[in-house]
Amino acid sequence: MTWKQMFTSSIGQKLTMALTGLFLITFLIVHVGLNACIWANDGGQMFNTGANFMGSMLVIRIMEIGLFAGIIIHSIQGLVLNAANNSKRKVGYAVEYGERGSKWYSRSMGLLGTLLLLFLIMHIYHFWVPSRLGGMWSVRPLQEVDYTNGLGKQYHNLYAEMIGVFQNPIVVILYVLGCISLAYHLMHGFESAFRTIGVHNNRYLKMLRYLGRGYSILISIAFAMMPISMYFGWVS
Amino acid sequence: MEHYNMNLTLKIWRQKDAKAKGGFETYQVKNISSEMSFLEMIDVLNEELITEGKDPIAFDHDCREGICGSCSMYINGKPHGPWKATTVCQLHMRAFKDGETVVVEPWRANAFPVVKDLVVDRSAFDRIVQAGGYISVNTGNAVDGNAIPVDKDKADKSFAAAACIACGACVAACKNSSAMLFVSAKVSHLALLPQGQPERKSRAINMVAQMDKEGFGSCTNIGACEATCPKEIRLTNIARLNAEYLSAALTIDREN
Amino acid sequence: MLDAKIPEGTLDHVWTDYKGHCKLVNPANKRKMEIIIIGTGLAGASAAASLGELGYKVKAFCYQDSPRRAHSIAAQGGINAAKNYQNDGDSVFRLFYDTIKGGDYRAREGNVHRLAEVSVSIIDQCVAQGVPFAREYGGLLSNRSFGGTQVQRTFYAAGQTGQQLLIGAYQALERQIALGNVKMYNRHEMLELVTIDGKAKGIIARNLVSGELERHSGYAVLLCSGGYGNVFYLSTNAMGSNVTAAWKTHKKGAYFANPCYTQIHPTCIPVSGDHQSKLTLMSESLRNDGRIWVPKKQNDTRKASEIPEEERDYYLERRYPAFGNLVPRDVASRAAKERCDAGFGVGTSRQAVYLDYGNAIERYGQIEAGKKGIADASAENIISMGREVVKEKYGNLFDMYEKITGENPYEIPMRIYPAVHYTMGGMWVDYELQTTVPGLYSLGEANFSDHGANRLGASALMQGLADGYFVIPYTIGNFLADEIRNPPTSVDHPAFIAAQKDVEDRINTLMNIKGKTSVESFHKRLGKIMWDKCGMARNAQGLQEAITEIRRLKEEFWSDVRIPGAVNEMNFELDKAGRVADFIELGELMCIDALQREESCGGHFREEHQTEEGEALRDDENFMYVAAWEYRADHDWQLHKEELKYEVVKPTARSYK
Repeated sequence: MTWKQMFTSSIGQKLTMALTGLFLITFLIVHVGLNACIWANDGGQMFNTGANFMGSMLVIRIMEIGLFAGIIIHSIQGLVLNAANNSKRKVGYAVEYGERGSKWYSRSMGLLGTLLLLFLIMHIYHFWVPSRLGGMWSVRPLQEVDYTNGLGKQYHNLYAEMIGVFQNPIVVILYVLGCISLAYHLMHGFESAFRTIGVHNNRYLKMLRYLGRGYSILISIAFAMMPISMYFGWVS
Repeated sequence: MEHYNMNLTLKIWRQKDAKAKGGFETYQVKNISSEMSFLEMIDVLNEELITEGKDPIAFDHDCREGICGSCSMYINGKPHGPWKATTVCQLHMRAFKDGETVVVEPWRANAFPVVKDLVVDRSAFDRIVQAGGYISVNTGNAVDGNAIPVDKDKADKSFAAAACIACGACVAACKNSSAMLFVSAKVSHLALLPQGQPERKSRAINMVAQMDKEGFGSCTNIGACEATCPKEIRLTNIARLNAEYLSAALTIDREN
Repeated sequence: MLDAKIPEGTLDHVWTDYKGHCKLVNPANKRKMEIIIIGTGLAGASAAASLGELGYKVKAFCYQDSPRRAHSIAAQGGINAAKNYQNDGDSVFRLFYDTIKGGDYRAREGNVHRLAEVSVSIIDQCVAQGVPFAREYGGLLSNRSFGGTQVQRTFYAAGQTGQQLLIGAYQALERQIALGNVKMYNRHEMLELVTIDGKAKGIIARNLVSGELERHSGYAVLLCSGGYGNVFYLSTNAMGSNVTAAWKTHKKGAYFANPCYTQIHPTCIPVSGDHQSKLTLMSESLRNDGRIWVPKKQNDTRKASEIPEEERDYYLERRYPAFGNLVPRDVASRAAKERCDAGFGVGTSRQAVYLDYGNAIERYGQIEAGKKGIADASAENIISMGREVVKEKYGNLFDMYEKITGENPYEIPMRIYPAVHYTMGGMWVDYELQTTVPGLYSLGEANFSDHGANRLGASALMQGLADGYFVIPYTIGNFLADEIRNPPTSVDHPAFIAAQKDVEDRINTLMNIKGKTSVESFHKRLGKIMWDKCGMARNAQGLQEAITEIRRLKEEFWSDVRIPGAVNEMNFELDKAGRVADFIELGELMCIDALQREESCGGHFREEHQTEEGEALRDDENFMYVAAWEYRADHDWQLHKEELKYEVVKPTARSYK
């Protein structure tokens, strides 16, 4: 058995989805944790310090490459699998099995994933691009802040960037929709990933099912609250 | 149980042969007893068609007691019809109300081409079993049946997986036309028994390879197969197959 | 007199001696020899796999879309084997004795003893193949008891033993297909046997998808095509089960033995109406725990729950105290019929008796309460615990009953009635399973050899696998060893061309009748004649009438049957027409056979021959023989007899009291 045979088999391709998916799930925990600092109500100091820490550490920067690779692999492999699976039934049914057999979001992972990909492009354009590639890409020039009373330690004011971006109600709505897509994508994806890597003990599966649901809902609500908080001015 | 009679409108897929372009035909059946099985209702219709000089509806069926796995009708959007854990032949007309319209389609999947009307070709399943769904033991080689005790829990799980009747409803129900429930049932049946250990790795790898070759889709764990399976084969088997496949693929020491 | 060719020697050494002395075919020659196998049930699949393993080139045929769908799959209860794992006194001899006695002393001792001997190896083989038999907590195999025995020797896999055994054999078969030793022909039906100089040399088969006829040659043909219970139209057989392959060989010279021996199974779900297409068996294993009863009062219309205990007649326990509800099938069936005919039947049709789990549920509930140490369990609690136990043991059967009848068997007793289940008769074979046509063998239910006039429960699976795994691999070599000098037969041989022409003509004749009546309605009419006059009870007058009616039906069939569609396509009506035409001819022979057998034995009950208590009355003096029928012309058969010699078992009046 060659590695190619393994990773091009139906289960191998699903393994790729599961591993990248679990990696992204882990990333989201870090992401939500850091972003939750906006609620510290300290004018963004804690958040900006944290963001700067992440942006300046070599290990994190290397992992960031992994993150992008993960997103790209997860997206491409997902689209390829989705297209392949959709081609396996050339003549369709007149009446569909639908909700009686499975959840709509389980059947719509391709669609939800595509929506998330579009969201992600917007999201990267809003924050990652100005932070990493400089002012010319930004919706507005990224300010610098100094939390050390003029001792020369300058930070990107991503907090201000967030507040700026989330003044637009359309953007806020798009972000909330993105979070809803994320919730449903995770609702299926979390448990499915563990099944794909072979967890078949019923006790663990049951635990993972509840864990997955809790995770999906909590993390999506947390993310969704960020633009909402900023739009309504709940943080200062 | 109250018995009643009913009139039904049937929309049934008709297709002369594998190459022909098929389509739905509408039929009316009258005075159908609630005590009939679904196939007996089709028998009644066929008798009428024959009397009218028309071609009766071709469909696979044999034992009519829910175990041979021949019958394969997709009724009102669900393989084997509305009842849970039931094959078409065990589905009785009590499941329907007077005046209802019933749509009957064949299993749909590229790997299950239509042969005629509601008859499809499921030989892909046989070929998957040929790829490794067995224990290589020639007649006469066996040791005493009680020489190898089997953990009862595992024996029961193995039996539950072996109860698969290879009807193909899992494929028909799956949006990806995946055969993973079928393949996982066979792999689980044998992997859970001590007798199945020597060929455990190659079995998982070869059966999955054949499954892919036959043109079935991959499993996205949506669970429609489990919901429709007449023998209640559990989705957990698919997770077990994943584990079997991955551990085999990561550890097997052969180049091809 | 026919000679079964049982080798000389004492019974328990015959098979060992035979194996030690039979001729062998060397591996190089095996590779050159093609063997044709018809049917892929337990007998066919096990034979195909075993012969493929030996190196023969096998061609296997089945009418279903996959060999795994053969009707062996529907066997529920179990498979017997003389393992004595329960330490309850079982042995090869006891299994042999029980089978001979159960068969009402109409089976051949030599074959039955061999069956009992190899039964032990069957279980080992199946376990090695991965058949998931039921096990105890210690991991060892579990057993239960079946009708006609007083030991626990039945191995089982819930209520799906046949399925699991068939899948075992099917997997072995698929493995040989993958290795290139067996070529499988799905959706093919054998329509003619080709003989050259009296030897079986091949077959004509129809591809049921394209309608094309194919010629296949081989050094031997194995008929593993199952029984012919569908001659009764309603039976527990699969819709496609048929006698056609066997009947074609019969018309080409193979004798048909004991066609009138039919097994009527006592526990089936009763007929619900004219629409009924088949009958469903409720496993014999249910009689382990269930009690069978009818009301003591005639034409009692009360619900079962309203009939108090003292007004219930547990007639099997009353008549047969030693075996009770576990009497053999023929006895249980006749007793049910007797009660219903006498006006004690239940249900709307009055053609049913109760199979009641009330007692068992209570008994199990109390055991559970005891196990859990609940001293003051309420009646409700006991019943609910008891139901759980019953559910675990028989849940799938109870579910099936509920699906079919719409009644909950945990609450109301099941209604059951006897139905045609198995045919003990079949192709006459000698000790080597060879028919009267050299090179033509018959295995499993298709032959007649092991069950006499009545088969015991859980013995059909045993026989099918014994023949396929452990008998034919030896005995066929004894024949083929002399054939290696003959070159393979070309399918262009005039005999093949002529046989194909015969098949074509017959099909064209059928298609050109273009009458008004469907095949199905002829089949139903045949079934009614057979059930009424050649069913559970027979008499001379009825049988004579049946013969006349069947002959008339045959004429009508050949002048009025309507088969839609064309020849060169998938045409299920045409397939069915050919089968029903053969059933009609067989039906006549069954009645002729039943008429000549002026005695009652096993499943064959002649009303003229019964004891005062209504038990079957054998006539060993005049009828201790196998009736093997030679086909001569339409409606014309010659009877040949094979004398049955009992050297070990002494025939006595069969008593289960």
